Amino acid sequence: MNRHLISAGDLAKDDALLILDTAEELARVSERSIKKLPTLRGRTVVNLFFEDSTRTRISFEAAAKRLSADVINFSAKGSSVSKGESLKDTALTLEAMGADAVVIRHSASGAPHRLANWVHGSVVNAGDGTHEHPTQALLDAFSMRRRLGGLEGRKVTIVGDVLHSRVARSNVLLLHTLGAEVTLVAPPTLLPVSIGTWPCEVSYDLDAVLPKSDAVMMLRVQKERMNAAYFPSEREYSRRYGLDRERFAKMTDEAIVMHPGPMNRGMEIAAEVADSARSTIVEQVANGVTIRMAVLYLLLGGETA
Amino acid sequence: MIIRNVRILGGEPADIRIEDGAIAEIGPDLPGSGGGDVDGQGAVALPGLVDLHTHLREPGREDAETVQTGTQSAARGGYTAVHAMANTSPVADTAGVVEQVWRLGREFAHCDVHPVGAVTVGLEGRQLAELGAMADSAARVRVFSDDGRCVDDAVLMRRALEYVKAFDGVIAQHAQEPRLTAGAQMNEGVVSGRLGLTGWPAVAEEAVIARDCLLAAHVGSRLHVCHVSTEGSVEIIRWAKSKGWNVTAEVTPHHLLLTDDLVEESPVGAYNPIYKVNPPLRTRADVEALRAALADGTIDIVATDHAPHPVEDKETEWSAAAMGMVGLETALSVVQEAMVETGLLDWAGVAQRMSAVPARIGRLGGQGQPIEVGAPANITLYDPSVRTKVDPLAFASKSRNTPYEGMTLPGRVVATFLRGRPTVLEGKLV
Amino acid sequence: MVSFAVSESAGPDPQGSYTTGPDGKRPDTRAVLEAPDIHRALTRIAHEILERTKGADDVVLLGIPTRGATLARRLGERIERFEGVKIPVGSVDITMYRDDLRRGPVRPLGPTELPPDGIDGRVVVLVDDVLYSGRTVRAALDALNDLGRPTSVQLATLVDRGHRELPIRADYVGKNLPTAKSEKVKVYLQEIDGRDAVLLMKGGAR
Repeated sequence: MNRHLISAGDLAKDDALLILDTAEELARVSERSIKKLPTLRGRTVVNLFFEDSTRTRISFEAAAKRLSADVINFSAKGSSVSKGESLKDTALTLEAMGADAVVIRHSASGAPHRLANWVHGSVVNAGDGTHEHPTQALLDAFSMRRRLGGLEGRKVTIVGDVLHSRVARSNVLLLHTLGAEVTLVAPPTLLPVSIGTWPCEVSYDLDAVLPKSDAVMMLRVQKERMNAAYFPSEREYSRRYGLDRERFAKMTDEAIVMHPGPMNRGMEIAAEVADSARSTIVEQVANGVTIRMAVLYLLLGGETA
Repeated sequence: MIIRNVRILGGEPADIRIEDGAIAEIGPDLPGSGGGDVDGQGAVALPGLVDLHTHLREPGREDAETVQTGTQSAARGGYTAVHAMANTSPVADTAGVVEQVWRLGREFAHCDVHPVGAVTVGLEGRQLAELGAMADSAARVRVFSDDGRCVDDAVLMRRALEYVKAFDGVIAQHAQEPRLTAGAQMNEGVVSGRLGLTGWPAVAEEAVIARDCLLAAHVGSRLHVCHVSTEGSVEIIRWAKSKGWNVTAEVTPHHLLLTDDLVEESPVGAYNPIYKVNPPLRTRADVEALRAALADGTIDIVATDHAPHPVEDKETEWSAAAMGMVGLETALSVVQEAMVETGLLDWAGVAQRMSAVPARIGRLGGQGQPIEVGAPANITLYDPSVRTKVDPLAFASKSRNTPYEGMTLPGRVVATFLRGRPTVLEGKLV
Repeated sequence: MVSFAVSESAGPDPQGSYTTGPDGKRPDTRAVLEAPDIHRALTRIAHEILERTKGADDVVLLGIPTRGATLARRLGERIERFEGVKIPVGSVDITMYRDDLRRGPVRPLGPTELPPDGIDGRVVVLVDDVLYSGRTVRAALDALNDLGRPTSVQLATLVDRGHRELPIRADYVGKNLPTAKSEKVKVYLQEIDGRDAVLLMKGGAR
């Protein structure tokens, strides 16, 4: 009945592999001259963005349009829509418009869960507060699988502000499901106190972890954390947790570097590392469209629940 | 009037004769008084319940609750007296506001209403409110609290504790260190980490309680700790009591039953703000510690923290939702479930913790007295043998924000008597 | 919370997915083609393709997954054996072009594999196992339209069981098989199912 993608943790291994395999087929559509499929003709996808994220919105929009769905962009940022009552009212409006799927981005953790109570269509979480961003994790897994082959037994290191990162949460859950071994590296202030219960390893020492990593994912350091005593200074953070050229040299020749973007070049990642051939940062963007096509197809391509 | 066939504190069946609002005679098969007798049908008779922590919302948020609906809700829950918290609009920080609330309570007369006075002007935590004027007013305020906010400033807290000694008042502290709980959404732990909700650490409560116990000891005052929610708080209070300090504490029914897991997984879906409350729901270990503490007397009383909110303040994203739960009409059932069914308390113990001791802390002379000849006839009849599904639509409260909707809970308040006059009969308001 | 209820693969299940009688077959199931029949039919189709396309120089064989793709490979091997020319073989998945997607659980995608030189200016021979309503072929034609511009498109099928719902006919047919609409035709191929056979099942069989 409930056909949503809200948490990466809701995906069983078979579900996750199906999405990745579907994306693998759909990737070829992006390579051909006619990039459109008729599959979701007559279906309506609403991009409901309560938070600015042009990159993610465009990615979902491109994915929906390539599947011939009608796309309605509803940007709620800056309007009077900021309190929750309006989320319900907005949901009822979308219901009346016959939205088959609502892609929601919201600054409040759990907003997609709430929305799912009020709409009949599928809810796709495009990032909720500091909770999750499952399609980002799927596209990361897709990018890794394409570069590294399978994910089973691969060592993935995620570095940075895990506490506030929806990307990290979704990645830990999904990569664990797919059999990869995840290590989180961060200053202790940027890890949840309950981190010991997560299905991953934790280290405070990036240099020790790098040589053993097949993939290193650098998280963006948000500007507002810098002034909230999570770490003493940008310089100290960059020195201890930034991926600069010297650290990059400690990685194996096959290991890849990832970043969900947007990057703070020179802060968590050096420009030359971000631009190196072993960086997947550009293809992550292209893979984003593909993985979101796969998700929209799998949620909307069958009979309506 | 005679209340027939009740079991006082769960004891042997007896009849109670009431004359002029007081208990005139107790015994088996009292000779008939004629009309107006009430058949207790073997219900447990408890002294009328006293709540030290109720939000009646009037004045200011009459859309959520009024003195009338709140006291009706109290009567339905078996209460004969409630303490109305000060965080209204305007704040109950003057003699004028507390007298207004007190008069409204007298007018509707579903139960006694004892206003709580604010500790600081406007709950702002900067300047002491006119505590003496409120104490001397018709409302005779004895309990002072900035509940909803913590009296965070140590000097101000010390002064308040000292000042109210002059009229035997008590400061009821809402223990929440504000810097440690900036933006906090739920108990900081495994679930908050997974859900990406800003954590509300136990230490933010415990640090304030520890400080306040030390302050109360230093100035020789009495301190009451509102809604204790953590195992650590229990240990601090146990330690303070072992020193002989004059510290009392309350626990809410919901903290005796519910845990933070419900935010992640419940019949009403993840992130449902029906579970959002201040202090937040904690872990199973905390619940067990609170139950044990209530049983052994470390925690003195159960207080509802009845906090009504209109639907639109709860049908929202988690972070946008209001904190609080209604509780008056489910309190006794939850206490039966958590404490009596588990063998931790008998009905005499329940009567102590929900009637006698809260009345004593609030310095209410005519409330919380045992059911014996000569005492005011404040009596609650409770049938613990039934189990019913909680239906918020049946509440007398104006608000429906109960976390127990659809849950099956034991017991039912059959009748409530306020100084001999029934406010509830056969479960319905009189 | 999330659950993609995915249908089983479009083709028949392997043997044993239905109850069999003592002779190893369901009483109401009948083999209409056995392995030698299938081999002969494919050999004939290969010859016909060569004949009709005058040596198959421009031909691209595109099978419709799953079993059409296998049949296309077999036809390619035969043509190579007969004429010594290696003709491009690929597959075209029609899932995303189906007109009945909303009628069942979401379907997993099959592979679309075009030869390196594409299909522009070539003669595409679509290969499927069973021709029935014609809707699959209609979807394949739509898919081809997005993949390039062949000079012509032809259709080869192992079994034509009739009951067309669209103006579509096959250019090459292994066997014309009169059926009732209530009957089911299942094609088994060695590469996928471990044996070659075409079974006709009575109505209601599953």
